[in-house]
Amino acid sequence: MTSASQAMPLPDTTVSLLEVSGLRVHYDGIQALHGVSFSVPRGQIVTLIGANGAGKTSILHAISGLTPYSGRVTFAGHDLHGVPAHRIVGLGIAQVPEGRGIFGNLTVRENLRLATWQRRDRQRIEEDFERVLVRFPRLRERLGQAAGTLSGGEQQMLAVGRALMSRASLLLLDEPSMGMSPILVQEIFAIIQEINREGTTVLLVEQNANMALRIASRAYVLETGRITLAGSGQTLLGDPRVKQAYLGAVLKHHSVPG
Amino acid sequence: MSEVSIYWLQQVLNALQLSSIYALIALGYSMVYGILTMINFAHGDVFMVGAFLCFLAATLLDLPFVPTLLLTMTGAALLGVLIERLAYKPLRNAPRVSAIITALGVGLFLENLTLAFYPYPQNVPTLIENINWDLGGVSLSSLQLIIISLSLTLMLVLDYVVQRTPVGMAMRAISWDKTYVPLMGVPVDLIISITFAIGAALAGAAGTMYALAYPVIDPYMGIMVGWKAFIAAVVGGIGNMRGAMIGAFILGGVEIMVVAVLPSTYRDLVVFSLLLALIVIRPHGILGQPRVQKV
Ligand SMILES: Nc1ncnc2c1ncn2[C@@H]1O[C@H](COP(=O)(O)OP(=O)(O)OP(=O)(O)O)[C@@H](O)[C@H]1O
Ligand SMILES: [Mg+2]
Repeated sequence: MTSASQAMPLPDTTVSLLEVSGLRVHYDGIQALHGVSFSVPRGQIVTLIGANGAGKTSILHAISGLTPYSGRVTFAGHDLHGVPAHRIVGLGIAQVPEGRGIFGNLTVRENLRLATWQRRDRQRIEEDFERVLVRFPRLRERLGQAAGTLSGGEQQMLAVGRALMSRASLLLLDEPSMGMSPILVQEIFAIIQEINREGTTVLLVEQNANMALRIASRAYVLETGRITLAGSGQTLLGDPRVKQAYLGAVLKHHSVPG
Repeated sequence: MSEVSIYWLQQVLNALQLSSIYALIALGYSMVYGILTMINFAHGDVFMVGAFLCFLAATLLDLPFVPTLLLTMTGAALLGVLIERLAYKPLRNAPRVSAIITALGVGLFLENLTLAFYPYPQNVPTLIENINWDLGGVSLSSLQLIIISLSLTLMLVLDYVVQRTPVGMAMRAISWDKTYVPLMGVPVDLIISITFAIGAALAGAAGTMYALAYPVIDPYMGIMVGWKAFIAAVVGGIGNMRGAMIGAFILGGVEIMVVAVLPSTYRDLVVFSLLLALIVIRPHGILGQPRVQKV
């Protein structure tokens, strides 16, 4: 289903880096995803927005190989079905997990190093390490510190930096704005755009629909395991259903009279 | 030096020998707990199998000490990996009690398998020429020197592996929370197998040294030693490598000192009481941290 109002056809001239079709995920009998299909064109920022429990994390976990699924996920032409999670990173997909998922008992340096497990190109690892530290100077000051002692914002920076260390072509971000102050949210979104401009394709999962739709070229709304709206970020920003459900706007004809 | 201080120095040396062996075994309990939050109750029996492998290498193959040690460590490592793959891996997401019962079952299996071949205690031949040095009244044997220095070396190597190598880094990451470790490109199953292999190899080394120090071995020898090493790991803070070593040195020390002043039948009573008291005072052990339950 696509947005009815101001229907703007999705650009299909671009090549999809990631194609998801008919994705279903079950957990002990509960069906979390009921056949989700979407695509992420190379070089763009695509966002999936949805409320708590809509199935956003389940989608990312299926792509990364952390959760079994049925349906098709193809990345740069490879069918990812049955590929173990630790191999998927090697193919070029990095995930910044919900709640950051940093290893608190490892130092900041070790967290960054761990993400290069599959890489053998030492020289470029050093370059990437330096690049991450230039992007996140706070991490440089804390390289030898246990990552668990970082502030929430610093941990988010570390989680993003760590994902960059795997030199992925597709970056999956699971609610990077969660628990961040408005200023930090601004900063994180600016960084996401910057990373994208440098050539990394981004799939961004968010509840902060306002920010996510502003930077996304393509957007999908997920409700209880189904995609209910799709369109460009701009289109969905203006869509009354999105406004009402995700942007906190109260539409005139729905407001209580009096 | 006075008679009394020589006597106590001698006891400290004896304690060091026993503690080194406990420490090697305790490390295996602690490593596996750290990575899977599971107590591998078959570990004491892997130690026992190590002692028998040493016996086999020395008698059937007529090997000298170093090849015997290497063969025993390799054999024990393979056994550790086999146990993990066949018995524990299928139960990784099962309730914890299933894994505990399976571990106890694996232990009983190893005891009875060994018993089927060796129903009577066996004598382990001498592999290390017995030399005694007199250090100002304190006597140090070649065997003691080898046991203590070899154990310390193995512990230093392990500490290096865990703290400084990529595999050790992956182990520590898994012990924090293994959910997202695959996202780093780390094959979690392989790291778990490596952990079991290292833990079992250390138990194999301990089995070899124990068999040389106390050369009459039987299929049940792993039970008491295993329990004590397990308690040493708990006292030190299970999951913590350095804690396991500290716990083992406390345990071995107390054990030798008790025997030095009390009838030897009191040994285990005093040891276990003391350890219980320590656990009450510090439930997470000396270096252990309360684990935050992660979902
Ligand atoms: N491991 C699991 N076991 C059982 N049910 C699960 C599991 N993970 C997710 N679910 C269920 O699947 C549904 C989708 O969950 P998911 O985590 O994908 O949602 P989400 O959109 O990421 O939510 P949030 O915004 O709160 O992170 C929810 O109903 C959730 O309870
Ligand atoms: Mg989620």
